[in-house]
Amino acid sequence: MERTFGPVGIFMIADIFRDRELIKKTAEFIRTISRDDEFTFMHVCGTHEQAITKFGLRGILPKNIGLISGPGCPVCITPAREIDEAVFLAETGKTVLTYGDMFRVPGTESSLADAKARGGKVKIVYGIQDAVDYAIKNPQEKVVFFSLGLDTTVPGVASCVKRGLPENISLLTSHRLTVPAMELLISLGDLRFEGFLAPGHVSTIIGLEPYEQFPAAYEIPVVVAGFEPLDVMQGVAMLVKQMKEKMPRVENQYSRSVAYCGNTRALEVVRDVFEIAGGDWRGIGRIPGSNLVLRDEYSRYDARKLYDFDIGPPQDIRPGCSCHVVIIGKLDPKDCKMFSQPCTPEKPYGPCMVSSEGSCNIAYKYGGSI
Amino acid sequence: MCLAMPGAVIEIDRNMAKIDYGGVLKEADISLIEDIRIGDYVIVHTGFAISKLDEKEALESIELWKELLDRSEFS
Repeated sequence: MERTFGPVGIFMIADIFRDRELIKKTAEFIRTISRDDEFTFMHVCGTHEQAITKFGLRGILPKNIGLISGPGCPVCITPAREIDEAVFLAETGKTVLTYGDMFRVPGTESSLADAKARGGKVKIVYGIQDAVDYAIKNPQEKVVFFSLGLDTTVPGVASCVKRGLPENISLLTSHRLTVPAMELLISLGDLRFEGFLAPGHVSTIIGLEPYEQFPAAYEIPVVVAGFEPLDVMQGVAMLVKQMKEKMPRVENQYSRSVAYCGNTRALEVVRDVFEIAGGDWRGIGRIPGSNLVLRDEYSRYDARKLYDFDIGPPQDIRPGCSCHVVIIGKLDPKDCKMFSQPCTPEKPYGPCMVSSEGSCNIAYKYGGSI
Repeated sequence: MCLAMPGAVIEIDRNMAKIDYGGVLKEADISLIEDIRIGDYVIVHTGFAISKLDEKEALESIELWKELLDRSEFS
């Protein structure tokens, strides 16, 4: 095939991984090799849930194959306390900048959108670079970047911090790591699944080695998959194949973007700037080794060290909300009593309905089910 | 937050590059990737290129998958 230059090539690649014929054939392949065996696989990525639901993949897969959605939505698992901290800062004269997805997520009482409506200064940015540019253009403002995100987002943040930030900006960090969450899911004895569909873009950063513990210690296969519908179907097919071969290992479906060693430059800059600590996940609780905090030499950028906070006791899950059960894949969003009545993306009751990567938001928009 | 976009590198200026997402041009930080050339495809997440997109590998992997599917039809 002739090499194409420029964006035409990207669309061609995307088209290949949306090829209906291949998707159908892959579904047939899964049906044939799985026969009557029942397998359930867990993914931990909001973008995977989007792809699965948008393209109706649960309907294309044979009925004996299940896909459940684990905690893969960074905004959904940000503890209410940390949102309360951001709200507090916005209401006490700081300019809080954050991602669009976080803007309407309720903390214990309020979201940043509520804080803005009450006169607080909150702005939506695409990433840390926008936040830095804003701080430079507004030197008289005390700027705080509410820095969220999983493994994929952290290297960019670390790069910026390492280069040095303007004096008037600090970070309120809420970064979490994917693999410790996967470890926790295994330890939840009442959750039944046979393998992991691992997140493609997290894996471009961390590589495949961190997943080796799952086949080694638990005989749980892992396949790293991309986000086009054929990527996901291939990933599931590879998992089923591993189950039948009874040789669990780590496989890479997303080989066009993921290398075994990951992105070593990215990993290095993260290690330089952050250290690992325990972290709370909204509705789940503490997961050891799942949080990244700024190292001491960067504490001048740490909003938690610069400012005093006066906030009340936090509440992660409001009465009647089921987000904590949805995010570990134990409840289909549509089975939540509040789903669509009254909890909708316009009037969200819990975090899973707010974010475009939240299971409830995805189910509402595209009509899928876990 | 895996949401990331593939694009083509059309201009490089030290740590930054102009990326073409198929008509839409935006700058991205490419300092996390080694050995980037004009014409390379990259995956960009929140303003940072996090990996290259290997077109050749994409095409080869699909050919292998097609072969596997064809073989399984006869087994």
